[in-house]
Amino acid sequence: MLRTEELLLNVGPQHPSTHGVFRIVLKIDGEIIKEATPVIGYLHRGTEKLAENLNYTQIIPYTDRMDYVSAMTNNYALVNSVEKMMQLEIPERAEFLRLIVMELQRIASHLVWFGTYLLDIGAMSPFLYAFRDRETIINLFNELCGARLTYFYMRVGGVKWDAPEGWIEKVKNFLPEMRRNLDEYHELVSGNEIFLARVKGIGKYDAQTAINFGLSGANLRSTGVKWDLRKDQPYSIYDRFEFDVATHPDGDCWSRYVVRMEEIKQSIRILEQAVEQFPAEGEIMGKVPRVIRPAEGEVYAGIESPRGEIGVHIVSKGKAEPYRLKFRRPSFTNLQILEKLLVGENITNMVTILGGIDIVLGEVDG
Amino acid sequence: MIDLIQSQLTFTNLILLFIIAAVLLMTLLGFVSYAIYFERKFIGWIQLRIGPNRTGPLGLFQSFADILKLLIKEDVIPTKADKTLFIIAPVIAFAPAFIVLATIPYAENLPFADLNVGLLYYIAISGLTTLGMLMGGWASNNKYALLGGMRSAAQMISYEVPLVISVIGVILMTGSLKLSAIVEGQAGYIWNWNIFPQAVAFIIFLIAAVSELNRTPFDLPEAESELVAGYHVEYSGFRFAFFMLAEYTYVFAFSALTTILFLGGWHAPLPALEFVPGILWFLLKFSFMVFFLYWIRATLPRLRVDQLMGLGWKVLLPIALVNVFITAIVLEIIRN
Repeated sequence: MLRTEELLLNVGPQHPSTHGVFRIVLKIDGEIIKEATPVIGYLHRGTEKLAENLNYTQIIPYTDRMDYVSAMTNNYALVNSVEKMMQLEIPERAEFLRLIVMELQRIASHLVWFGTYLLDIGAMSPFLYAFRDRETIINLFNELCGARLTYFYMRVGGVKWDAPEGWIEKVKNFLPEMRRNLDEYHELVSGNEIFLARVKGIGKYDAQTAINFGLSGANLRSTGVKWDLRKDQPYSIYDRFEFDVATHPDGDCWSRYVVRMEEIKQSIRILEQAVEQFPAEGEIMGKVPRVIRPAEGEVYAGIESPRGEIGVHIVSKGKAEPYRLKFRRPSFTNLQILEKLLVGENITNMVTILGGIDIVLGEVDG
Repeated sequence: MIDLIQSQLTFTNLILLFIIAAVLLMTLLGFVSYAIYFERKFIGWIQLRIGPNRTGPLGLFQSFADILKLLIKEDVIPTKADKTLFIIAPVIAFAPAFIVLATIPYAENLPFADLNVGLLYYIAISGLTTLGMLMGGWASNNKYALLGGMRSAAQMISYEVPLVISVIGVILMTGSLKLSAIVEGQAGYIWNWNIFPQAVAFIIFLIAAVSELNRTPFDLPEAESELVAGYHVEYSGFRFAFFMLAEYTYVFAFSALTTILFLGGWHAPLPALEFVPGILWFLLKFSFMVFFLYWIRATLPRLRVDQLMGLGWKVLLPIALVNVFITAIVLEIIRN
C-alpha cells in the first residue's frame, strides 16, 4: 500500500471563486474534503461601530458598501427602520420609486449571481449575457441618482431624486426585454445536462436544518419553506401587488437556482404592476424634521433583500446618532451552514456549494 | 519528400530536412497565433463582445503583442520548486505536440513522413505531453498545481483507452494504420467518409479527443474556478507560453487527425468537385473542426472529476468496444 496523507489546502483569500476575500482552510484526502474551516473578516470595516458616531443620513452610504451588489435594498433596510421608529408618513410617489428600484435591484443582483455561478461551474458565456441586462438596470439607476454601484438614493422620509422625464417609460420598455432574455437564459443553461449533473443533489439540506441555521431568502425557500418578508410581514407597499413566493422542495443547489430564476420573474411581475400604477405626480420627500432625532427606544425591522432577511436594529437614546445599531446581515447568517455542507464533498463541489449560497463579502464581514 | 527521407543522409539532405522542419514550425506558430486570435474573436462574438480589435488592423497583431509580452516578462522560478524539472517540463509538454505533426498528410503529395504505423505513432507520442504537465505540476511545489497535474494524468489514462478503441473501427474499415491509406479508403462520394459508417466511433473519438486536449468541458486540469490555473499556476513568461503553445498545437493536430480519420482528408465530397485542390478541402474541414472546439468552449460548463471518470469508463469505453465488435461482424459478413 502507498502511504497517503491528508493535504492542507488554503483556499483564498485570493482565489477566483470565493467571490471576494473569503478564505477557507480545507483538509483534503485526494480531492475529498475531510474538514473545512471558513475564515472571515478580511473585509471587516466596523460599520456598526462607525454608525454610532454618525447621524442617520450619514449612515446610509455605509449600507451601500455592505452588500454592494444590492445597495438599494440595503439603503431601504436602514431608512425603513428609522421611519418605523419615528412613525413617518412616506409620500406615495416616493414609495413607488423605492419599490421600483428595489425590485430592479433584485433582478440585477440575481443576474450577477446567475452569471458568476455559471462562471464557477465553468461556463463563461452566461456571465456576459447576464451582465448585458444588468447593465441596462445600472444605466437606469445611473440616470436616476448618478451612481452605478453605491447609490445613496434613499433618505429617511423619501428618496433624494425624482424620476427624470421618461424614466418610467424606460423601465416599462425594459420589462418585456428582460422577460425575453430570461427565457433565453433558461434555454441556454437550465436544460444543460452538464449543468444539471453539476448542481442536482449537491449541497442538500432539509427545511428544519435551514431554520435551525437561521437561513433566509432563496437558501430557505429552496427547501420548500414559503417565507418571504414581502408577503409575510409586508413593508413598503408590497401588499398592493400580486406575486408568488418562489419555492422548490429539494433543498439542493439546483433548487436555489430555480428559486432565484423564478424570483426574477416575480420581480418583473411586480414591476409591471408598479409602473402601471405609478402616480403621475407628487412629493418625493415626506415631512421630516431637519435633524432626525428618534425618541428613546428600540426598533427592529427586517426586509427581504435578494440574499435574505436584512434587518436593522436601532437603539436610540434620543440623540441624532444611534446609541447602538445592529445589522442582521443575511450573507453572514447564510454562510454559517457552509462548514456543515462541505464535509465529504470534493473540491469542485465546494465551489458549487459556496456559489449557491450567494454571499457578498462586504456583507459577511460588515 | 519520401525520397528525401529514404535517401542517404548527406549534408545537403540534412540542410533540406532542417529547412522543411523550420517551415513546418513557422506554419505552426502562425497557426497558433491566429488560432488564438480567432478563438478570442469567435468567443467574443458568441458572448456579445467584440474581441481583440486594438493591436493592428482588426486586432490582427494581438497575438504577436502577447507573445512579445510573454518573452520580455521576468522569468520566475519559485524558490521551493524543483528547478530542473520545472525548466524541462514545458519542453516535454511541447515537443511531442510538434513531433506528431510529422506524420500528418495534408494533401495527396504533401505527407512529411508517411509511416506505416502513423496512427499508432500519433497516439503513442501525444500521450507523452501529459508527462510534461504532471512534471510541471509536481515541480512547482504548489498544491493547486499538484492537483492539476494529477487530474491531468488521471484524465489521460481514462480517455486514451476509449480514444484508441474508437479508432480501431476506422482501422478495421481500412485495414491499415497508415494515415494516407486511411484517407484513400474514403475516396469517392461523401458517404464513403468514415463519419457515416463509423458515426458512433466519431462521437466517441470527438469526446475523448476534446478531453485529451484539456479543453472545455473537460478542462479540469486547469479549472480556474477550483484550481486557479491548475498545473501551470506557477509558470509565467515564456515557460507558460510553451504550455499554451502545446495546447494549441494539439488543437492543430487534433483537427488534422479528425479530418483524416473521419472527414475524408483531402477528398472532395463529390467526385465532380475534385478539380478543387485537395489542400483546400483539407483546410476547410480542418477549420471546421477548429471552429467546433471554440464553439463548445463558449457553450458548455465544466464536468466534475468523478463525472469525467464515470463518463470515460462506464459510457465511452463499453460503447467503443461494442462498436468495434459490430464493425468487425458487419465487415466479415460483407466481405464473405
